[in-house]
Amino acid sequence: MREIQAVAVTAAVARLAEEANYEMSPDVLVALTRAHDVEKSSLGREMLEMIIENVHQAMSHRKPLCQDCGVAVVFVDVGQEVHVTGGDLETAIVDGVRKGYGEGYLRKSMVACPFTERTNTGDNTPPVIHYRVVPGDEIKISLMAKGSGAENMSRLYMLKPAEGRGGVIEAAVRAVEEAGGKPCPPLIIGIGIGGTAEAAMLLAKRSLLRKVGKPSPEADAAALEREILEKVNRLGIGPLGLGGSVTAMAVHIESMPCHIASLPVAVNLQCHSARHKEAVL
Amino acid sequence: MNEWRRIRLPMPAQTIAELKAGDRVLLSGTIYAARDAAHKRFIEALDRGESLPIDLATAVIYYMGPSPARPRQIIGSCGPTTSARMDKYTPRLIEGGLRVMMGKGERSPQVAEAIKQHGAVYLATIGGAGALLSLRVKSAEVVAYHDLGAEAVLKLEVEHFPAVVAIDAQGSDQFKIGQARYRSK
Repeated sequence: MREIQAVAVTAAVARLAEEANYEMSPDVLVALTRAHDVEKSSLGREMLEMIIENVHQAMSHRKPLCQDCGVAVVFVDVGQEVHVTGGDLETAIVDGVRKGYGEGYLRKSMVACPFTERTNTGDNTPPVIHYRVVPGDEIKISLMAKGSGAENMSRLYMLKPAEGRGGVIEAAVRAVEEAGGKPCPPLIIGIGIGGTAEAAMLLAKRSLLRKVGKPSPEADAAALEREILEKVNRLGIGPLGLGGSVTAMAVHIESMPCHIASLPVAVNLQCHSARHKEAVL
Repeated sequence: MNEWRRIRLPMPAQTIAELKAGDRVLLSGTIYAARDAAHKRFIEALDRGESLPIDLATAVIYYMGPSPARPRQIIGSCGPTTSARMDKYTPRLIEGGLRVMMGKGERSPQVAEAIKQHGAVYLATIGGAGALLSLRVKSAEVVAYHDLGAEAVLKLEVEHFPAVVAIDAQGSDQFKIGQARYRSK
């Protein structure tokens, strides 16, 4: 049994929170540059120029890419041959979020009692954590800083199986159309198909961890991704909703089997500031 | 056509009347950051017949809650938040004298109507570009509702702060115009 110190988990999570908020991943920057190159609206191109300039300014001034430093969504793959010592894993992750958001001058946006006082917890905890137990003796941690402008536009559609592939496309396009400029397009569209209501939502969110624009390894899903991307970009929403030919930079689909009576389709929108980093301990 | 128009704040009534949806503007002067919780308190104060901590008639309200500033920084990242969350409160503030708002994303038909009726203007600035926008802020101080933390009302002095006219005083809406132009079904 390999041992990993809880303090090492805390340090890793804190570092990921800071890095994710300050440094745009190269794949996102490439996608933004490409969006700028193909955008037909001159206003849209001007918006994209400033979005790209923002990436450089955030890096050089050590300021978060976006003032909404998000909910810390933490995906943890725990090897079954690992033993966390010196504390429990969950506390270590929560401590890491507290440390990273505090020391990194990141905005704390979490409120306790969502339907009553909505008092800020002051340290951006608790994070939302998704665990998976996997073979091996490592812990892989991916931290996503998920802003609420885009998250608020999430949709779950429990389609009838008869609606099929066409229904999935229609649902995805409708979600993006209803969101308009609110989630800060150009978007990355995460779609989870199958499973149950909550499984589809989690698939949609996990799909956002994929490198932007990397197609699904499954041919059918990859074809669906291309088709939805093309349809979404015909909506005309454009950068920040002010009109243009690039509403989305990529569509990522993850799917899994489901019940004979079900066809869940979850859509989780990601703004252009797609922030996530991972570490393996 | 694509030139950026420089505007000194408070925005003169004539300027508000001249601006057209899609125009690019650079604002210099004082703006006030206020978002959900501050708006709720504005409305509660108006309900009680109290005066507001800002003068609505000359104010630019910017829907924003910044990230914390590092030592020796004026402000952290300070991009716009989704304006639609303020839609419930906005018509009342426009009736109370507010003429200039800034945020991101579409507004409700009720807000668009109030803008048209009272000759106001809604500006959209660049969502997700908080680091870039922070460089246009020359000073920042909390002026009301300190207890709200990231949601307190801030007085900001800005220079050449970029925005696009999203809904003009005639009610023209750049979101509708721009999206219709590039829509192809």
